[in-house]
Amino acid sequence: MTSTLENENRTAAPLVRLTRAGKHYGTIIALSDITLEVSAGEVTCVLGDNGAGKSTLIKIIAGLHQPSEGTYEVEGTPVAFGSPREALERGIATVYQDLAVCPLMPVWRNFFLGNEKRKGLRLDIPFMRKTCKDELLAMGIDLRDVEQPIGTLSGGERQCVAISRAVYFGAKVLILDEPTAALGVKQSGVVLKYIIQARERGLGVIFITHNPHHAYPVGDRFLLLNRGRSIGYYEKDQVTRDELTGLMAGGSELEELSHELEAAGGSAAAAAAELEEDAEELGTASHQPHTGNSPA
Amino acid sequence: MSDTIEAAPPSRLDERVGRKSPLARLFARPEAGALAGAIVIYVFFFAVAPSFRNANSFSSVLYVSSTYGLMVAPVALLMIGGEFDLSAGVAVTSSALCASLFAFEFTTNVWVGVLVALGLSLTIGFINGWIVVKTGIPSFLVTLGTFFMLQGINLALTQTITNQVASPSISDMQGFSSAQKVFASSFTVGGVNIRTSIIYWIVVTAIATWILLRTRVGNWIFSVGGSAPSARAVGVPVGRMKIGLFMAVGLLAWFVGMITLFQFNTIQSGQGIGNEFIYIISAVVGGCLLTGGYGSAVGAAIGALIFGMVNQGIIYAGWDPDWFKFFLGALLLGAILLNTLIRRRAEAHR
Repeated sequence: MTSTLENENRTAAPLVRLTRAGKHYGTIIALSDITLEVSAGEVTCVLGDNGAGKSTLIKIIAGLHQPSEGTYEVEGTPVAFGSPREALERGIATVYQDLAVCPLMPVWRNFFLGNEKRKGLRLDIPFMRKTCKDELLAMGIDLRDVEQPIGTLSGGERQCVAISRAVYFGAKVLILDEPTAALGVKQSGVVLKYIIQARERGLGVIFITHNPHHAYPVGDRFLLLNRGRSIGYYEKDQVTRDELTGLMAGGSELEELSHELEAAGGSAAAAAAELEEDAEELGTASHQPHTGNSPA
Repeated sequence: MSDTIEAAPPSRLDERVGRKSPLARLFARPEAGALAGAIVIYVFFFAVAPSFRNANSFSSVLYVSSTYGLMVAPVALLMIGGEFDLSAGVAVTSSALCASLFAFEFTTNVWVGVLVALGLSLTIGFINGWIVVKTGIPSFLVTLGTFFMLQGINLALTQTITNQVASPSISDMQGFSSAQKVFASSFTVGGVNIRTSIIYWIVVTAIATWILLRTRVGNWIFSVGGSAPSARAVGVPVGRMKIGLFMAVGLLAWFVGMITLFQFNTIQSGQGIGNEFIYIISAVVGGCLLTGGYGSAVGAAIGALIFGMVNQGIIYAGWDPDWFKFFLGALLLGAILLNTLIRRRAEAHR
C-alpha cells in the first residue's frame, strides 16, 4: 500500500525540497550544501550530533531564516518565507524541541494559540475546548481537563498535543525537532507511533533526531549532518541500522575518544576499552581497520 | 502489613490525578489570594476604625481605589504580557499637565488640551513599547529611563512656563464644565455620594477581563508573556502586542490624568511619583506574575481595592499615615510568596 503511494508521489513534486542550501551568519558557516526532500506519506530523518546544523536546517524550512544559498521549493515552486506564519500557510508546521507552548496556559488555549476560533470578536471557547479534547483523544491522550496548564502534562503528552495541533491545522509537512530527545523509552515509543500515524495520514514528516535507533524504524530517507555538512543522504534500502549508527557515532571519533580516556588512566582506561570494542563493531560501516586493542 | 493500604483507587477517575476540593480549586485561581487579603483587611479596618463603617467614607475608599485601579488594569495586562512600565505614575501627571498647560497657554477650549494630552500619552506608550521591542532591553530599564525623563520634564517645563510648581487653575475656561462632567462628576445613591471614576474603574476592569479571557488578543497577551518565542513560532505578532499594551497604559494614564485634573482644576508637577510601584504591587497582589504569562485583571482590581482600603483605613483609624508604606511592602512580600507557591505548583511535573 505504501509502495503505491510512493509511486504516485514520485511523479508529483515533493512537498519540500532543498537543493544545495546553505546558511551563514556573518563569517560563520552554519550549514552548507544541503539537499533534502520529503514527499507526502514519507518520513525524512535528519540525523546529527549537537552542533551539526540541525537547528539551522529546521529554521530554514520553518521560515524563521532564509537560506543564504541554494533553493527551497514547496510543491515544486520556489519560496522565500519571511516568517513562520507564511510557512504555516503553505502547510509547513514545526513542532519545536521546546514545544512552542506556554506552560502556564490551559491546554486548549495552547492548542489554538495563533489559530483561535472566533465568533465575531469573541473566542468560541466551547468549540475550542471540545475540539481540543476530541483531537487529543484521537491521538490516544485522554485528558481529564483541558483547562489544566499545559506545563502539568508529561513531556510525551505535550509532544503529542503539539503534533495533533499541527495535524489539526492542516499541516502537510510536519517538522519534528528532536521530539524524543527528552523522553523515556516508553514515551519515545508513543511519539514514534504518532510519527507513523502522521505518515499514514499522508503527511510528510521531517524527523530530526540524534538517535538512529529512533530514526531507522520510521524513516524513509536519512540525511546525516556533521559540522554543518551532509555526510550522507540515503534511501532506506541503501543503508542498514548499524551503518547508520556507525556514521552517526563516527567510528573514528569513538576511537579518538577511547585514546583520550586511555591516556587519562585508571578507571577511564576500562571505559576506553569498552569504547574501543564499540568502535570496532561499528568499524564495518565506518571502514576502520580492525586493529585490536593496541592502537599503534 | 502495608499491603492492605494498596487498595485500588476509586474507578472512573484517572488514577494519576488526585481529587481537588472546591476550596483548593478556588485557591488555584490567580485572584484568590487577593480576595482573601481584601476580606481580611476590610474586616480589620471595620473593627478598628469606626468611620470606616460609614457608607460615605467607604465610597471615598472606593474613589481612592479607583484612581489606582484604573491604572492597575492596563499595568496588569502589560505585566501578564511580560513587561513593566515604571513611567506609568508620572505619565499620569504628564498627561494632566499637558492638557491644562496647552489649553491655558494657547487659550483654547479645554477639550483641545484634552485631545493633545491623549496624543502625548499614546506617544509615550508607543515610544516605551517601541524601544523595548526593537532593542530587547528589559522594559524595567527602558521605562526607568522614561520615568526620570518625564519626571524632569514635568517639573522643569511647568516651572519654565508658569514660574510655579503647579499648573494654573483652568476652572473658568471654555469647555471646563463639560469636561468635568465627563471625567470627574459624582452622583448620589441613597444618600451616598459616588464618584463616576468608581464606575469607570469597574467598566475598565470588566473590559480588561473580557479582553483577557474571551478574545484572541487576550490569548495572545498571555502567550507573549508566558513564552514570547513560542508565541512568535505560532504566528502571534509579539512586537505589536507589546507596543499595544504599552499604549493601553498610556491611554489609561491619560484618562486618570484627566480625572485628576478636572477633579482639582490644577495639577502639582511633582505628583504621581511612586504611584508606579503601587500599580505594580496591586497587580502582583492580584496574582499577576512578575515574569508574565499569568494573572487576572479582577485580581489586580482587588489589589487596588486593598490599597485604597489601607490608604484610607489608616487615616480613619487615626494612625500615622507613614504606616502605609510599611503595609505596601508587607503586602507585596506576602503576595510574591503566595505567587511563587502557585507557579511552582502549576509548573510541577514538567
